[in-house]
Amino acid sequence: MVNDRVAQVERILDGVMDPELPFLTITELGMIQGCDLDKDGTVVIKLTPTYSGCPATDAIQDDIKSALQPVEPRFRIDIVHAPAWTTDWISPEAREKMRLNGIAPPEGTSADKAFLLGKSHTVPCPRCASEDTRLVSPFGSTACKAHYQCNACAEPFDHFKCF
Amino acid sequence: MADQQHEWILRLGDDALVLAQRLSEWCSHGPALEEDIALSNIALDLLGQARALLTLAGQREGQGRDEDALAYFRTDREFRNALLVELPNGHFGDTIVRQMLFDQFAVLRYEALASQTVDLELAAIAAKALKEVRYHAAHSAQWVVRLGDGTEESHQRVQESLNVLWPYTAELFEDDAVSQACAEAGVLPLNGSFTARWTEQVRAILDEATLTCPESTALLTGGRSGKHTEHLSYMLAEMQVIQRTYPGAEW
Repeated sequence: MVNDRVAQVERILDGVMDPELPFLTITELGMIQGCDLDKDGTVVIKLTPTYSGCPATDAIQDDIKSALQPVEPRFRIDIVHAPAWTTDWISPEAREKMRLNGIAPPEGTSADKAFLLGKSHTVPCPRCASEDTRLVSPFGSTACKAHYQCNACAEPFDHFKCF
Repeated sequence: MADQQHEWILRLGDDALVLAQRLSEWCSHGPALEEDIALSNIALDLLGQARALLTLAGQREGQGRDEDALAYFRTDREFRNALLVELPNGHFGDTIVRQMLFDQFAVLRYEALASQTVDLELAAIAAKALKEVRYHAAHSAQWVVRLGDGTEESHQRVQESLNVLWPYTAELFEDDAVSQACAEAGVLPLNGSFTARWTEQVRAILDEATLTCPESTALLTGGRSGKHTEHLSYMLAEMQVIQRTYPGAEW
C-alpha cells in the first residue's frame, strides 16, 4: 500500500516534461533525486534544480502539483541542493533525444574542467554531424545552453553545456 | 557564534543579490544580443544563489525572516555586500572589469565553502554556485583580454575602468570579528588568505590583456558593516519599491 503510493507518484513524475526541453521528462534530466514516505505518510519528492537561478524550477513544481493533485492527496516537494545537479545524470537516451530535437547534448563529463569551461572540445552539429562548429556565445537561450553555429551547414544551434 | 554565522551568510547572499540586480539592469541594453543574454544569464545565476543564501541566513537568524523579507524589507544600512558590487554599471568595460575582479574572488570563496564539512547546508549551496561562477569567471576574463588587448580605444577605456575599480577590491580581503569567528569555526578561512591566489590570477589575466595592474593601495571599505555608497540606496529604492508599496504582492 505504502510502496504503491510512492510507485504511483514516480510513474506520474515520469510523465512530467521539462518546460524548456518539452521532449524530455524531468526524470530523464536527473532532476528527481528520489521519492519517499515521511513518518506522517506524506510522499516527499526530492527535486534538484539544474542551475541555482533556473526560472523553470517554479514552473516544474507547478506542473508536478497539477499532475499529482488528482490522485495523491498528501505529497510535498523538497528542493535539495546536495549533491549538486550535473549533466552526468542525463541518460544516453535523453542525449539522443536532444540531438534529434536540434540541441547538441553535453560532451564528456563534468569532472573535466576543459568541458566545463567550454575550452578546446568539439561540439558536433546536431543537424549535419559536422565537427566544424564554432562557439558564438557561452550563454544561450537558457542558463543551461551555449550558442553555437555550424561552419559546414551554417545552422545555428543550442549546445546543452557540460555542467 | 550563531549570530555571527547568520551575519556571514548574509554577506555572501548580499554580494550575490546586489550584483544580480546590477547586472539585470543590462537586460535589453547589452552591447550585442549575445552579451545581453550572457549578462542576464549571469544575473539569473547570482539571483538563484542569493535566494538560497538569504533563505539559509533567515533560517539561522531564527526571527522568521525569509528570502523576500531580507531582500525587500531591509534598509541600505542593513545590507552587508562589498562596495564593489553596488557600483553603477558604467559602460560595458566597467561592468566586465568589475565582474572579472569579483568572479575571481567568488570562485576562491566558493571553493573553500564547498570543501568544508562544518556547515553542510552552506557547502551544498556553494558546490552548486561554484560550477556557475567558474563559468562566469571564464567569460569575464575572456572579455577583459579581448577589450584590453583590443583597439587603442578599448584598451584605454578598460584601463580607466580598472584604475577606478581597483581601490574597491581590498575590501574583499578584509577581516573582522565576524570573519574571524567563522574561520575559527572552520566554515571559511580568513578573507585575507585568498589575497595571494586572487592577486596572482588577476595579474595573469591583466598581463594577457596588456593592462597595467594599478599600484594604488587606497582602501575604500564599509560595506560589510553597512556603510555603503549612495549608489546602493538608489538601487534598493528601485528594487524594493513594489514590495514596499504593496507588501506581499505577487504576479
